[in-house]
Amino acid sequence: MEELIGLLAWGKEGWGDELATGAWLTIRLAVATLPFGLFLGFMLALARRSDEPELVAAANVFVTVFRGLPELLTILIIYIGLDLLINEVVQLVSTERWELSKFVSGMVALGIVNASFSSEVILGALKAIPAGQVEAARSMGMSRFYTWLFVVLPQLIRHALPGLGNLWLLLLKETALISVIALDDLLRQTNIVVGATKEPFFFYSITCLIYLFFALASSVVLGGAERWANRGQER
Amino acid sequence: MSTVDVAVVEKPKAETSRAWTAGRVIGICVLALYVLIAYFLLRMIVVNYDPEFVGKYLPRMVGGLWITVQLCTTAIILGALIAFPMSLARTHHNPVIRGLSFGYVYFFRGTPLLAQAFLVYYGAGQFRPVLQDMGLWGFFRDAYNCALFTFTLNTAAYQAEILRGAISNVHKGQWEGAHALGLGKVVTYIKIILPQAFITALRPFGNEIIFLIKGSAVASIITVFDLMGETKLAYSRSYDFQVYLWAAIMYLAMVEALRRCWDKLEARLTRHLKRTED
Repeated sequence: MEELIGLLAWGKEGWGDELATGAWLTIRLAVATLPFGLFLGFMLALARRSDEPELVAAANVFVTVFRGLPELLTILIIYIGLDLLINEVVQLVSTERWELSKFVSGMVALGIVNASFSSEVILGALKAIPAGQVEAARSMGMSRFYTWLFVVLPQLIRHALPGLGNLWLLLLKETALISVIALDDLLRQTNIVVGATKEPFFFYSITCLIYLFFALASSVVLGGAERWANRGQER
Repeated sequence: MSTVDVAVVEKPKAETSRAWTAGRVIGICVLALYVLIAYFLLRMIVVNYDPEFVGKYLPRMVGGLWITVQLCTTAIILGALIAFPMSLARTHHNPVIRGLSFGYVYFFRGTPLLAQAFLVYYGAGQFRPVLQDMGLWGFFRDAYNCALFTFTLNTAAYQAEILRGAISNVHKGQWEGAHALGLGKVVTYIKIILPQAFITALRPFGNEIIFLIKGSAVASIITVFDLMGETKLAYSRSYDFQVYLWAAIMYLAMVEALRRCWDKLEARLTRHLKRTED
């Protein structure tokens, strides 16, 4: 057991620093994906409740496709397909090949999936706000922007936060799939360490514990955020 | 007859000119983009059509699809068998049982499925002598069994949580009412609480099946030749992007079909709860 703990040491003889760099990349990827996914999800939700049937159809097709595809397949399709597409376009003007960054393609793939699911959550949250709220604010002379900012948005956050929190936890776990396109996230670093040390059970357990710790820390933060969002609600 | 025809022709069109709002323009542009992408993808399939290629890889991928279906169905059924006692253990009065079941559910819901699969598949290899002594090595040697084992434990944790939530959602008055009628605990549980809990659990349970189908693609990484595994194999041999499109279509068809069937099933099972007119 002492030997195993020794393997976690920092520096040349231990593997702790390798795991830490992987964990850091996992966090960076998840944090970078979140705003992109949320923004796109928000746009999708607005499109899906618009009055224009064309816009609704366009958003629905997007959501149906990326909600139904396995995340692993989406990542590979974006990684390979986006590269093909960009180079098809680039070759019109130059002969050089344009290398698509793995981080960006992973971010785009996970962001698209996250957006499809968060559009559902945001749509539900928008539906939960009674129409009378907006009507009352407008009839009191608030502008559309002010109504949105001070009446709709705070309630939207309150209704959407639990669902979006779950999606964040899902996103953290999905980043593990990015190891298939050879991006050195936590799981891929663990694979490398296991290859060198031949201690799969120990190191995969450690990795699982690191993921669990991320989930635990997120739940604490999300719990605080939910209490903050609900501060005006009567118990 | 002719009068009817005239009447139809003279009927004024409801909307002759809809306003060109920004939303409509964007919607049409995006739809046009879809058509463009679909055109290029279809062209890719048609231009690169090679009967030999299709004959070689398509049957293999359909075989992979069958493995995926088998894997998911077995895992869902076995998982349900574990989930039921697990959901009871989650609300057990003994804190040790409650704590253990909580740890189990938290672990499997909090870590990536892929990491769990690695833990089982490569971890089992490390304990080979022990497993051989127990006579279990034959089971864990096969990647398919490792995937099945992982998926079963994973979906059991999710299903247990769904079931626990659904059971605790049943109104307390149902217990009291049954008790007042002199029904025993077991009878109340089976005849009154569970049927109502199952209806609440129906939708999340459907979502869980879809999640497992999508998640089962990670089996390909631990060398199971499911649909995803066959697809990756075909791509690594041919470098032809269209195999991924076939796989995407197959997965989408599977998930959408299940989702629609589930909606129908839910509408059927909850028809007594719907108000006829709103």
